[in-house]
Amino acid sequence: MHLLELIVPPGFLANGPVHTALIVGAGAAVVSAIVGVFTVMRGQSFAGHALADVSSAGGSAAFLLGLNPLLGFLGVAALAAGGMEWADVRDARERDLVTGVMLGVGLGLTALLLYLGTIRGSTSGAAIAILFGSMFTIPASLIPLALTVAGVALVAIAAIYRPLLLSSLSADLAQAQGARVRRMGLVHALALALAVSLAAMTVGAILSTALLIGPAAAALRFADRPGRALGWAVAIGWAATWGGILLAYDSFYWTPGHGWPVSFFIVVLIFIGYLLAGLAGRRPARQGLERPA
Amino acid sequence: MTDTAALSVHGLRVSFSGRPVLKDVQFEVAAGEFCALIGANGSGKTTLLKAILGLLRPQSGEVRIEPGAAGARIGYVPQKISIDPYLPLRSRDVVALGLDGARWGWPRRSRADDARVQEMLEAVGAIEFAERRVGQLSGGQQQRVLIAHALVRRPRLLLLDEPLANLDVRSTAEIVALLRRLSAQYRTAVLLSAHDMNPLLAVIDRIVYLASCCAVSGKADEVIRTEVLSRLYGYHVDVVRVHGRVVVIAAHEPEEIRAALARDPVHTAQVP
Repeated sequence: MHLLELIVPPGFLANGPVHTALIVGAGAAVVSAIVGVFTVMRGQSFAGHALADVSSAGGSAAFLLGLNPLLGFLGVAALAAGGMEWADVRDARERDLVTGVMLGVGLGLTALLLYLGTIRGSTSGAAIAILFGSMFTIPASLIPLALTVAGVALVAIAAIYRPLLLSSLSADLAQAQGARVRRMGLVHALALALAVSLAAMTVGAILSTALLIGPAAAALRFADRPGRALGWAVAIGWAATWGGILLAYDSFYWTPGHGWPVSFFIVVLIFIGYLLAGLAGRRPARQGLERPA
Repeated sequence: MTDTAALSVHGLRVSFSGRPVLKDVQFEVAAGEFCALIGANGSGKTTLLKAILGLLRPQSGEVRIEPGAAGARIGYVPQKISIDPYLPLRSRDVVALGLDGARWGWPRRSRADDARVQEMLEAVGAIEFAERRVGQLSGGQQQRVLIAHALVRRPRLLLLDEPLANLDVRSTAEIVALLRRLSAQYRTAVLLSAHDMNPLLAVIDRIVYLASCCAVSGKADEVIRTEVLSRLYGYHVDVVRVHGRVVVIAAHEPEEIRAALARDPVHTAQVP
């Protein structure tokens, strides 16, 4: 038996659902990692998580109506992101409160829609798929839409790359330099909505935070320039996603008859990546004593 | 206004929800002048700087800025910003963002751009920590990087909001000397705000003193006088020189401070 076969089990690469999972998973991982770096830098991790939770209402509505779930996630996430930027709450505490309340409303709506869907369709699998993901059940027909969404998000981030960096240093500075900060914030929020929807499709709405924040947080532990932070975040997210798919496929052999969820493995791998990054990028001692508090 | 003014502020009036912050502020800063904007905490220094930058719209009045070479706007160093130590921006990246940080699209920087960034890092003495993450530098080092960021496009006017706050005595002296030197070298007019004028008195060309929503400006020894400042404050203050330092003391607490003291006895009256 070849070493490769030991790692990549027979039939893995020839399997249709695995193919789809690899492609959609890679798209979601890349976009989440890149958008995530900026989300972490802007201190919007909680908003990112809330957006995913709220978007699950869209996913479950799509399930109830028999529509494409990605469209459901997308529609609600984009609406919520636009609303968040439109409300433009500056005070961080106030923003956390508003975000938290919206998160509750979104998940409550999800509970209702999933309940209705379960009564009608008599399957409880949808609840698990929407909240925690089910990569091997993604239809291949979803690939073009998923890749389009990924592409749009990446182009959007590329367009606002410099003002994003500048405003994560200081919003005042960006504004004084003539950056259109509000427009940039809106574009970032919409890119965040796209990333979160893709991640919700793959690892589920609740776990999408892991794909969004985990690789970015790990990369920022040690990356000292923006390009490297993006590169490392993509590498970590992508590797964890494909590794998770592989392990989940393997797990069919560990416990015959049923495999373990892909999302579980992805999240575990991201967590391991984060721990390793923490070891690699020990917080250096600050020089001097006069740094402002 | 004179033709050589880098900045002229005329009849500036700003109020926040009905409460006036600046009532009638006017002064000029000549090209290349090194100028201190002095006032107590809450006297409207930041508001004035933001109005000059165009970040807030005054109720009335006019701010005129001499257009800089190659469309460079005003250079600006904001008041104490706390930078995340994990922000993936080296000093060099921060200075490069001074060139094109407001522009959309993926960055394409030429060799000439890199050279300008390098030259600016050298000019502020930041070469040593050019490759380090800016959030992990000391306050004085961050200040140098932010000054380089503000000057890399060679603006004709540089505004700094309390650049000396949070610095120790040595860093304060170093930053003041650095700004003075850069101002002369690039012929950039500098307007920097501070609540303590003492570290600046020896080097400034002009002082703009802000109190009671108005400003007086001129040479330091023309402005820092008992009769001038008393007229500005609207009540008697004494300018006292002790051990080479200047202190402005109110002879009697003005009405509003007396009222505040009556409400809250712990509160102490102070003018800069």
